[in-house]
Amino acid sequence: MKRTSWFNVTSLTLGFAFLYLPMIILVIYSFNESRLVTVWAGFSTKWYGELFRDQEFLDAAWVTLKVAVFSSTLATVLGTLAAYVLVRAGRFHGRTLFSGMIYAPLVMPEVITGLSLLLLFIGIGLDRGVFTIVLAHTTFSMCYVSVVVSSRLATFDRALEEAALDLGCSAFDAFRLVTLPIIAPAVISGWLLAFTLSLDDLVIASFTTGPSATTLPIKIFSAVRLGVSPQINALSTLLIAIVTIGVVTASIITKRAAVAQARDEQAAARTA
Amino acid sequence: MAQTVFAPWTEADQKPLIEFRNVTKRFGEFTAIDDLSLKIYEKEFFALLGPSGCGKTTMMRMLAGFETVTEGNILLAEQDINDVPPNKRPVNMMFQSYALFPHLSIWENIAFGLRREGRDKAFIDTRVEEMLRLTRLTRFAKRKPHQISGGQRQRVALARSLAKAPKLLLLDEPLGALDRKLREETQFELMDIQEKTGTTFVIVTHDQEEAMTVASRIAVMDEGRLVQVDTPGQIYEAPNSVYVADFIGDVNLFPGKARARPEDTQIAAAAPDQPVSDQPVPDQAAADQTATAPMAEPAPSPTATPPEGPTVARLPAPDAKGDWLYDKIFRRFLGDRTTAPRRLPPPNAEELAAPKPEPAATAQPAEPAIKPGGIFIDWAEGQPPIIAAGGDPAMDGREVTYSIRPEKVTIDTVRPDRPNVYEGKVIDIAYLGNISTYHVELAGGRMVKAQMVNARRLANRPITWEDTVWVGFTETAGVVLEE
Amino acid sequence: MRRAILIAIPYLWLTALFLVPFLIVLKISLSDIALARPPYTPQFDFSAGLEGLGAFFSELDFENFVFLTTDDLYWKSYLSSVQIAGLSTLITLAVGYPVAYAMARADEAWRPTLLMLVILPFWTSFLIRVYSWMGILASEGPLNAVLLALGIIDQPLQIMNTNVAVYIGIVYTYLPFMILPIYSALEKLDGSLLEAAEDLGCSRLSAFWLVTWPLSRPGIIAGCFLVFIPALGEFVIPSLLGGSDTLMIGKVLWEEFFNNRDWPVASAVAVILLAILIIPIVLFQRNEQKAREAEG
Repeated sequence: MKRTSWFNVTSLTLGFAFLYLPMIILVIYSFNESRLVTVWAGFSTKWYGELFRDQEFLDAAWVTLKVAVFSSTLATVLGTLAAYVLVRAGRFHGRTLFSGMIYAPLVMPEVITGLSLLLLFIGIGLDRGVFTIVLAHTTFSMCYVSVVVSSRLATFDRALEEAALDLGCSAFDAFRLVTLPIIAPAVISGWLLAFTLSLDDLVIASFTTGPSATTLPIKIFSAVRLGVSPQINALSTLLIAIVTIGVVTASIITKRAAVAQARDEQAAARTA
Repeated sequence: MAQTVFAPWTEADQKPLIEFRNVTKRFGEFTAIDDLSLKIYEKEFFALLGPSGCGKTTMMRMLAGFETVTEGNILLAEQDINDVPPNKRPVNMMFQSYALFPHLSIWENIAFGLRREGRDKAFIDTRVEEMLRLTRLTRFAKRKPHQISGGQRQRVALARSLAKAPKLLLLDEPLGALDRKLREETQFELMDIQEKTGTTFVIVTHDQEEAMTVASRIAVMDEGRLVQVDTPGQIYEAPNSVYVADFIGDVNLFPGKARARPEDTQIAAAAPDQPVSDQPVPDQAAADQTATAPMAEPAPSPTATPPEGPTVARLPAPDAKGDWLYDKIFRRFLGDRTTAPRRLPPPNAEELAAPKPEPAATAQPAEPAIKPGGIFIDWAEGQPPIIAAGGDPAMDGREVTYSIRPEKVTIDTVRPDRPNVYEGKVIDIAYLGNISTYHVELAGGRMVKAQMVNARRLANRPITWEDTVWVGFTETAGVVLEE
Repeated sequence: MRRAILIAIPYLWLTALFLVPFLIVLKISLSDIALARPPYTPQFDFSAGLEGLGAFFSELDFENFVFLTTDDLYWKSYLSSVQIAGLSTLITLAVGYPVAYAMARADEAWRPTLLMLVILPFWTSFLIRVYSWMGILASEGPLNAVLLALGIIDQPLQIMNTNVAVYIGIVYTYLPFMILPIYSALEKLDGSLLEAAEDLGCSRLSAFWLVTWPLSRPGIIAGCFLVFIPALGEFVIPSLLGGSDTLMIGKVLWEEFFNNRDWPVASAVAVILLAILIIPIVLFQRNEQKAREAEG
């Protein structure tokens, strides 16, 4: 029944070429000796060297990393809590507003989120810097975390929690010992998502930062506004490499786990 | 089905609707269908039966056009249809998953094929109405598939595939998704609709009971080949191989060596001081069973699907007429009679003492003696040989297998007067409500299954575990198989 | 009691950092620009109490919104944003559907890998993905070089800094958002439905239009909204790939705020952008709900 359809093969080839060629070209040009895009002047890693000598880039990378780690961790805690409230707390006053506030930031244009937070920070006279970016990133990425976690919680068999309570756990222990380990994969992917979102964000960071804190995307943006820069090519290549390694490793681990589980289940079925 | 003369396969000049001519289908290295030839005639209800992976689904998908034939030809009304795509074949299929379009209403689902034919609106309206009426779905016309029950979905799938009035309807495990009770009802509905529409049905199933119930002929398949193609009665009563005997229903198999039996042999194993007859020993629960054995119909009626289906059981209280009445009328409302004894009061002494009604006179075989001829089968050291009147004396000296259905084996506490009688011990009793299967171990270790209708309540049953019993069967009850 | 605390923490956080800021935007959009810090009036005077509140409200007006209608830059950029987002959504659909279809039809063993390949760009920096096109589309970039070498064109195309570049950028960056929902709709499609359609007389093409397409519609709608909604407020793509004549409301808002420092007008622009977005967002929610109900 399965035939190799030329239409399908062509669609896949063209589709993935479109998705990946730009990045591949970018990676190739990051090793170009010449400053110009047009001329291939031979293989060189000099732009990487220059990148690591540029203190501004290193500072920005450090700020970005700090912001991402703090905001994603905070967002994971708050987002998991929000998901728990959303799925488990039942009815309470203002639940509709609450779920609205969880979903709205997902579709809110970044320019509006950024603008509104900036106006708040000015309004209450908060000094802008790393702290305000962390607050801003936490706010919008906790919503993503809570969506990821709540979808896992929704399929979670409530009887497991009840069994824990029945066996003498306090509500907190039941959450810590039963619920959390089971939703852990969702919490971890929520954290990763929040981390990437924070790492990636240009618009909200631009609005909420002050002169003291420049993140990597802000730095990249101001550099590339003027045109293609080989240094940015090198930086992009590094980021692409990190993400690729991360995602591929994660998917291999997940696949291994799935295969191992399937094997265990098979073995169990045989011995039964 | 003796009274029905519908048997086109027996007529030499009859043109088949479908013909497989030396069809082979390979998937890479794997041969799914191996040089298979088969004719299916118009108005047949033809069942392809076999375990999963035997190639029955491949056969059906080749008929529908979803699989191409590797070698050979498939002919539909004498036209080669190998190269006709599925959408151009006058063949429709009812899918196992029903494959109802979830975005269309029941009405639109049924009209789907008619619209593709470009029929005018009035025609489509009439035809869909007709189909809805046929399948009793008129009320649900506007609903979507997920808004109706499983049984109704099954009927929509049937209506949709019948709407185009195909020459041939293919049914892929049509009742597989239904629960047992609904499945039995639906089997009759299917037969009814097949008869009304006069369409040729080819059904794929792994459920032998279902095939026995609905089909006019059954093709038993194994590893891409046809093992036997015959009427349900013949398949059951005269399997042509151990495979078929074993696949259809429950069976006792005695491998042994054949020895020709002289024509004039009259009496062999039966006790000499008793008149040799098939007359059952009175006052034994098994007696009824004995009576039914020789007269077993070639095709079991739908209500008597052997062996675990409800059989023609006789209960202590009603007589034969009452039985008949129950079976024909009340069973529909009250359910199988197997439940009936539980509602009856315990039998009183009078009832117990009263002579049981004699088995119907017609049940008595005409010949009182053991049929002459046939073969002996030596199947175990120290045991008398099995007398098989149906065996071919030419088999003399060959390895054969004697196959006998458990319901044709009687079980008694005293030695009965039967041509083949063996002593054994009851090891296990499987109580199935209407019947019980006794597992009896003969001397030498061979297990024999004997089935008995539970005409009496458990407490009154004379036979129990560890009892020494006699199993017996007539010389014509089993079949001699050669591999 | 503990439950109340559990609810209160995320609730208060979101109220303070999402709802209140948005109300501030609403308020400032009704204020006047002022050469001060912060550069708008009236300031709400907390010490004046209720009286102050009255005075505060009396000074609010819709002047900024009136201003937005008088200067055609604004409504033109709203219109152009809708047009660019809409058209690029359709292009993304045209590009993404065949890919999603082919993925769903691919061998089962391949599907997880293909899926990962679609998701991978999503984890890669958005900014970098947009930036990668700057080099490719440049007049002396690889795309023009290839086209020139093939003899398709005889002089470099000016794609960079035009709306065409913006379309390419949006289609490229949002393609995974289109592919994923369509793929998940198509993957659920029972193959026997297509066989049933063929069995009932459909050709392959008509089986696609009558069965596959309608059944993948929830995925298509979800994908379109997932592309259209963020594309409408897009800032990075038009500012990096677009030209000076590329009008998109996100860019206008940014410039109004950072370059002109006109906070009230920027806020008014934001309020109207949100008003425009509410329609597709509500429609999207409905679609999702319907899809969930159909499944359940």
